[in-house]
Amino acid sequence: MEHGSSKDLTASTFSLADEDHTLANSVRFTLNQDPRVTFCGYSIPHPSDARVNIRVQTTGDPAKEVLKDALQDLMIMCQHVRSTFDNAVAEFRTSKTVEDMKIK
Amino acid sequence: MPRVSALDLPDVPKGHLPPHLELQRTRVLCASDAPTHTETIQYSGAYASVGVDNSLRLDQFCRDFRVEVIRLTEDDMEFDMVGIDPSLANAFRRILIAEVPTMAIEKVLIANNTSVVQDEVLAHRLGLIPIKVDPRLFEYMSENDTPNEKNTIVFKLHVKCKIKGPRLTVKSDELKWLSNGSELPLEMESHTSDPASKQKTYTAFTCSQVSLPEFSNNPIAPKHQDIIIAKLGPGQEIELEAHAVKGMGKTHAKWSPVSTAWYRMLPEVVLLQEVEDEMAEELVKKCPVNVFDIEDVGKGKKRATVARSRACTLCRECIRGEDWEKRVALRRVKDHFIFTIESTGALPPEVLFTEAVKILEDKCERVITELS
Repeated sequence: MEHGSSKDLTASTFSLADEDHTLANSVRFTLNQDPRVTFCGYSIPHPSDARVNIRVQTTGDPAKEVLKDALQDLMIMCQHVRSTFDNAVAEFRTSKTVEDMKIK
Repeated sequence: MPRVSALDLPDVPKGHLPPHLELQRTRVLCASDAPTHTETIQYSGAYASVGVDNSLRLDQFCRDFRVEVIRLTEDDMEFDMVGIDPSLANAFRRILIAEVPTMAIEKVLIANNTSVVQDEVLAHRLGLIPIKVDPRLFEYMSENDTPNEKNTIVFKLHVKCKIKGPRLTVKSDELKWLSNGSELPLEMESHTSDPASKQKTYTAFTCSQVSLPEFSNNPIAPKHQDIIIAKLGPGQEIELEAHAVKGMGKTHAKWSPVSTAWYRMLPEVVLLQEVEDEMAEELVKKCPVNVFDIEDVGKGKKRATVARSRACTLCRECIRGEDWEKRVALRRVKDHFIFTIESTGALPPEVLFTEAVKILEDKCERVITELS
């Protein structure tokens, strides 16, 4: 799953099976926003293989740790999106019931 | 944008971007020839030279991100998602279409079909019928699994058109749920088994699905009762059994839980200078979706205002013609998404979205555990 990182831990390519643009593009976003990252990008080597390669180069930290942190960030963002969304739906429902009551 | 010498630019407070860079960062400028500044600036050090940090701060994201529901009905919803990167919004959209599971008819056992619709066409049509059932109550069926009450829903369809009768239209309400599983016997078992033991069928249900608390008051049926499956002429008959299983939209679109899920960026219409009198009238007339209104400013003077920028389709009709581009600017807000979800009916749209976000979280978690 990890390639070309036996000597230099600051630059690695991670090959993720059964993933596509959905995860790779989101992780590229969180990786790019990390100041420790000098370069990152992803590619799908062949469209009929369910596989994506993510390249991470860092200023000094191990690329694996940086990628893990980026995934962790993405997860926290997702959790926040979910709770905000649930609150918004609940809020919409209560305001709607109040409105319906006014009409009657 | 007019060219200004760098020395003439006003001073910008530290930690802020100059207004023209801020505009390029947050807006897509839709000019008459092409949209410009369509990219999002993701790189953390993009503005390092002007002393602005562009790295991700989660607390800032958590503070600024907001969701506002615009419309929510049984089957569709529209909401605004503000303060998020398109890569994430697109991930949610992709997951909604391709990776949130539903139940759909996958196997059709045809006992008799004398209609003009061929077996394989009929099976395909049945597969596309949305079924109103919560897929979270079921398990995936892999290749070696035997169909049981936890991974399969069985429907029966038996219709016959009378020999001396009018033609018959078969609709989806003819699909009857068999809560005890298949009724078709497995052929090879028929002569060896002793008469006392139960005849083996194509499914191995240990109990009736009606006895499960989730379905006892909530029978499983197609979402819509009026989908035409086939038409029968006098004397024609269809007898079949349809087995529905859990699946994902990326395998086949019949498992997609949404008819469509899409987003658009919020349009922004700005009047760069006062547009008055005949000009205002002309502007209001130009717009096919009535974005502009006219406001009276007294003394018989009229002025154009932007009233409904959200309705703008960016057709660019208002910036066509001489000099109009100097008066009106069309933009899109890069981090404001108007998200629409149209459910096929298995799950309500708000549940679909939370499920989609959960799936992205699961993906992250899977990779994290694989890395460590």
